[in-house]
Amino acid sequence: MGLIPIYALGLLAALLAAAKAQDDLFAAHAWVFAIACTIAIISTAKRVNFAVEHDTSEETYLDSVVRAGVIATVFWGIAGFLVGVIIAAQLAYPALNFDWPFTNFGRLRPLHTSAVIFAFGGNALICTSFYIIQRTCRARLALGNTAWFVFWGYQLFIVLAATGYLMGVTQSKEYAEPEWYVDIWLTIVWVAYLAVFMGTLFKRKEPHIYVANWFYLSFIVTVAMLHLVNNMAVPVSFLGSKSYPVFAGVQDALTQWWYGHNAVGFFLTAGFLGMMYYLMPKQAERPVYSYRLSIVHFWSLIFLYIWAGPHHLHYTALPDWAQTLGMVFSVMLWMPSWGGMINGLMTLSGAWDKLRTDPILRMMVVSIAFYGMSTFEGPMMSIKSVNSLSHYTDWTIGHVHSGALGWNGMISFAAVYFLVPRLWDRAALYSPRMVNWHLWLGTLGIVLYAASMWVSGITQGLMWREYDDQGFLVNSFVESVSVLHPFYVIRMLGGVLFLAGAFLMVWNVFMTIKGHTRDEAPMGSTVATATA
Amino acid sequence: MDYETLRIFADSWGLVYLTVVFVAVVLWAFRPGGKKHYEDAANIPFKED
Repeated sequence: MGLIPIYALGLLAALLAAAKAQDDLFAAHAWVFAIACTIAIISTAKRVNFAVEHDTSEETYLDSVVRAGVIATVFWGIAGFLVGVIIAAQLAYPALNFDWPFTNFGRLRPLHTSAVIFAFGGNALICTSFYIIQRTCRARLALGNTAWFVFWGYQLFIVLAATGYLMGVTQSKEYAEPEWYVDIWLTIVWVAYLAVFMGTLFKRKEPHIYVANWFYLSFIVTVAMLHLVNNMAVPVSFLGSKSYPVFAGVQDALTQWWYGHNAVGFFLTAGFLGMMYYLMPKQAERPVYSYRLSIVHFWSLIFLYIWAGPHHLHYTALPDWAQTLGMVFSVMLWMPSWGGMINGLMTLSGAWDKLRTDPILRMMVVSIAFYGMSTFEGPMMSIKSVNSLSHYTDWTIGHVHSGALGWNGMISFAAVYFLVPRLWDRAALYSPRMVNWHLWLGTLGIVLYAASMWVSGITQGLMWREYDDQGFLVNSFVESVSVLHPFYVIRMLGGVLFLAGAFLMVWNVFMTIKGHTRDEAPMGSTVATATA
Repeated sequence: MDYETLRIFADSWGLVYLTVVFVAVVLWAFRPGGKKHYEDAANIPFKED
């Protein structure tokens, strides 16, 4: 109840900002903020309780916010994958842009990337971190309901970012498109997230900080640092949506890709490794293969990743030594990446038979296998001579998707399937066989996606560098576009399969929460015994 | 201090320092006396649900 005046102040500020806005886009976002404050006031007022109650909450875990996070993960996953399929279709059939600004590829593409990375992946990271830190510290989340502020504040950030892209608000930095005022809002939410996480670590009852929490903490701290430095900008007006970055030229490019690659390294890798180090042992019912290796894995991974960004700027105005530095550190990343992959996979040593009966464990293994493949491909592509062929082509897109769909997607799906029965207190999932279908639809989708992008990427790279004996380029750019049509159709089909698998997850999660179990033969039994 | 000085320092003493730190961390992580401690730490996820 004490928070209502704060929400009211927020509402007042938003209404003033809407009235005095320099442009319509800023006014629209001020209205979004005003609506969010209004919802917060109403929902807080409805929950006011004047009865004196003995507070026993400290004895239990705060799991309601984790439940909300799981639902948000599933919801944003579907939204992000769907927009991905739409823009894949637009690349194959440009008429689907509909000549309308709101459905233009240029606006939908950041909507897709932010929805899958920050909305789907971010919610998966936040809710699993809240679940895991409570269990491994044996302590309730710190700072009361601040975790709920983190959850709703983060959803508001997603809505502001997404509506901004559709309306054309962007600072044109890849994976950091939101403008200055949305960046400030995310900073507030992120500081609250750090405070909840650190506070829980401080009051832990377990003396040792489990390795998963180290990875989550490095993810939270580093993302804060990246976000603040890369988004340093000067707004054109106090109540306007446009700003200009403080860096210019190659300094701006280097800052952007220091940010961009560490978004991969700390958001999509370190955070999800935190998930792996808890979920894999839990699901396999045996401790991690080598706890010692996990410590070396952690420190070498975070130390090397931060230097790898310049490989995004090979053969540009960036000084040569900086390019080589980025390449060398990227190649060195092979070691910790594969150390971590081996640590995850070998956790199953002596228990590989569980793969016959446990589709969630299968999903984790496939996810770690894709982690190994994409962390092999990445360093290879960062080598300058390989990069001269692969840079600016679809090969990069294929690489990103084998990592994002294979590693991040699959481990997040496994986390959802792991968490739902535990959080809603159900004996089992609605249908383990449906998990298996999800796994294979998803894997087949990724294979179609990555294979078609390898072919189209190398085709592009070779066509762009083909000279005749007079020294003239053989192909015009548009020729290298039209030849790719079949691969773009295959890529779209891969996306459709991946999305279809995700829809199975929605049904499975929904029915599990409702408390149903599907009448099906258990996994691992043959068809003959199932029908007998 | 110009760029050359920094670079020479970085690829001599800087390199030695970081290599020593890395080797020390690995040796420390794999020290025989730590076996019990790491086994306990690895079992933290199974202590409570």
